[in-house]
Amino acid sequence: MTETAANDVTTPARDHGRQEPPVLEVRGAVKRFGAVTALGGVDLTLRRRQVVGLLGDNGAGKSTLIKAITGVHALDEGQILLDGEPVSIRTPTEARQHGIEAVYQDLALFDNLGIVSNLYLGNELTKPRRFRALGWLDRKAMERDARERLEKLQVNVPSFNSQIGLMSGGQRQAVAVARAVAFASRVLILDEPTAALGVRETRNVLDTISRLPEEHDLSVILISHNMDHVVQVCDEAVVMRQGRVVGSATPSPDTLQDIVSMIVGATGPGSTPPTGK
Amino acid sequence: MTQTAALPPTPTPSSSQRHNQLLKATLALVRLGPLVMLGVLVLIMASVSPLFLTGRNLGNVGLEASVVAILALGQLLVIITAGIDLSQGSLIALTSVVGALWIRDLDIVSGWAVIPTMILAGGLAGAISGTLFVKGKIPHPFLPTLAMLMVARGLALLFSDGQPITGMPDAIRTLGSSRIGDVPVAVILVAALAVLIHVLLTRVTWGQWIYAIGANREGARRVGIPVDRVLISVYVLSGMAAGTAALVVSGQTNSAYPTAGNLMELSAIAAVIIGGASFFGGRGTVLGAIVGALILGVIQNGLNLLNVSAAWQYVALGTVVVIAVEMDVLRGYLESRLRIIRTEEKEA
Repeated sequence: MTETAANDVTTPARDHGRQEPPVLEVRGAVKRFGAVTALGGVDLTLRRRQVVGLLGDNGAGKSTLIKAITGVHALDEGQILLDGEPVSIRTPTEARQHGIEAVYQDLALFDNLGIVSNLYLGNELTKPRRFRALGWLDRKAMERDARERLEKLQVNVPSFNSQIGLMSGGQRQAVAVARAVAFASRVLILDEPTAALGVRETRNVLDTISRLPEEHDLSVILISHNMDHVVQVCDEAVVMRQGRVVGSATPSPDTLQDIVSMIVGATGPGSTPPTGK
Repeated sequence: MTQTAALPPTPTPSSSQRHNQLLKATLALVRLGPLVMLGVLVLIMASVSPLFLTGRNLGNVGLEASVVAILALGQLLVIITAGIDLSQGSLIALTSVVGALWIRDLDIVSGWAVIPTMILAGGLAGAISGTLFVKGKIPHPFLPTLAMLMVARGLALLFSDGQPITGMPDAIRTLGSSRIGDVPVAVILVAALAVLIHVLLTRVTWGQWIYAIGANREGARRVGIPVDRVLISVYVLSGMAAGTAALVVSGQTNSAYPTAGNLMELSAIAAVIIGGASFFGGRGTVLGAIVGALILGVIQNGLNLLNVSAAWQYVALGTVVVIAVEMDVLRGYLESRLRIIRTEEKEA
């Protein structure tokens, strides 16, 4: 049942505005855990409205890089720039204040809460807006807003009151993505968003991702192991191996083989990255 | 779009729907479990003892259950965050002794001022346990609250020289032993606290946060919830609940016993679990905790009326705890079945 890759989906060459500085730039990122070097000087550039696929085997450093960008881990060395400005992102809250949101594979949702609560957790709308922790939850406003957002993303949910834990995998993932889209103003990071989804649900999530740059003015980093998905939605594929970026390519059926070689290390780190096209 | 004929034998829509509805109905019943259990117990007790349903006796049940109910309201908050507070029973003794000494040794203090003193003393102890757990990086709240259980009991014995201290102020005596009609004042206090905690849990941001932390602590951190502070606040409130329960306990006997409240945290934990809260966090309601405390109270009272020995009462209480936990397991199973069915329906 594999969808034959990308005949209709090859994204039209977008003008990514070479003049303006990239939305997100990581320079020389180093992160060590004791004796282990998880990131050994990583550079990454994400342009406005670009979808970059971040690829690599398990342990290549993808997750560590993502966690550095979202403030879960602090970098030992290196710099993160947003719109050309160096910023320090030390906590997840700081990352969100900079407009960066992430959907993590397993940590995205709270099974015991409903859809609206899941969408607004940490960003609750309260009646006296100033008392955040002890504010009165403005459920009506949140529900109204949630309905609009889900409609815009073309997400169908059974009922607003049902617990997330009782929903199907695709609906859950849709809510997680909706949550991140709602609060991201610059960069959206998706970690394996289609893992554990059925065929049709996967297609829905991929459709949503490919609409994000135009409709929501977002730039996206997509972590995936599925090459077909990368070819479908990504403008660029960046491959990591052993804590370094070993190459990048424009994903298309023609460059697929090169990308796979980079992931498994057949071309070896340090060799000239094959340029797509 | 999909050709059903090509798939392996799928249940016809009607039968799968019926199965689905049966599942939902069972789930609803299991969720109502604690209430059903209380109803059944009341019916049994009423049919075997004519004294049970008298106003006077129901007042007794309420009074007996009120101390556990107050503790359970605090314990509930802790258990929703996937924690546990073992120190509540000892804190009843410590806060009672502190209050009684306050009265005896400091004449300047009026009776009313003792009430906030005892509640805040409990809160302070909770703040210490909570801070040790969160900031001291202790892996599980079992340990700091176990330490607090021992320290508080020790301090209560030290401060009181191991002797009960008699003479609590009128306000506290009223809380512990007065009734309005057949309704004990303590029961009214429980009702007020229950409403307060219910509102905090269901209408206020903080309540959402403690459910979120209980379900997914790391995720809660990532969405920007101040997890550490919220966790500490929960132990503060649990300690304050112990201080409040101490008002009722010391008011009943007009004295502060350094041995008061022994093992009562376990009854509170049992009440919360019987009331349908999950020991692994993220789930639990005020109504459930109150019903749990009432179930314990009804069993104790009913078996007393029937002259059943205290030894058998323990056996009965333990059995109820097991039944409640198995109901929770069954609930989890039914919910996952329902989810699988829904996912399959989506795919089909």
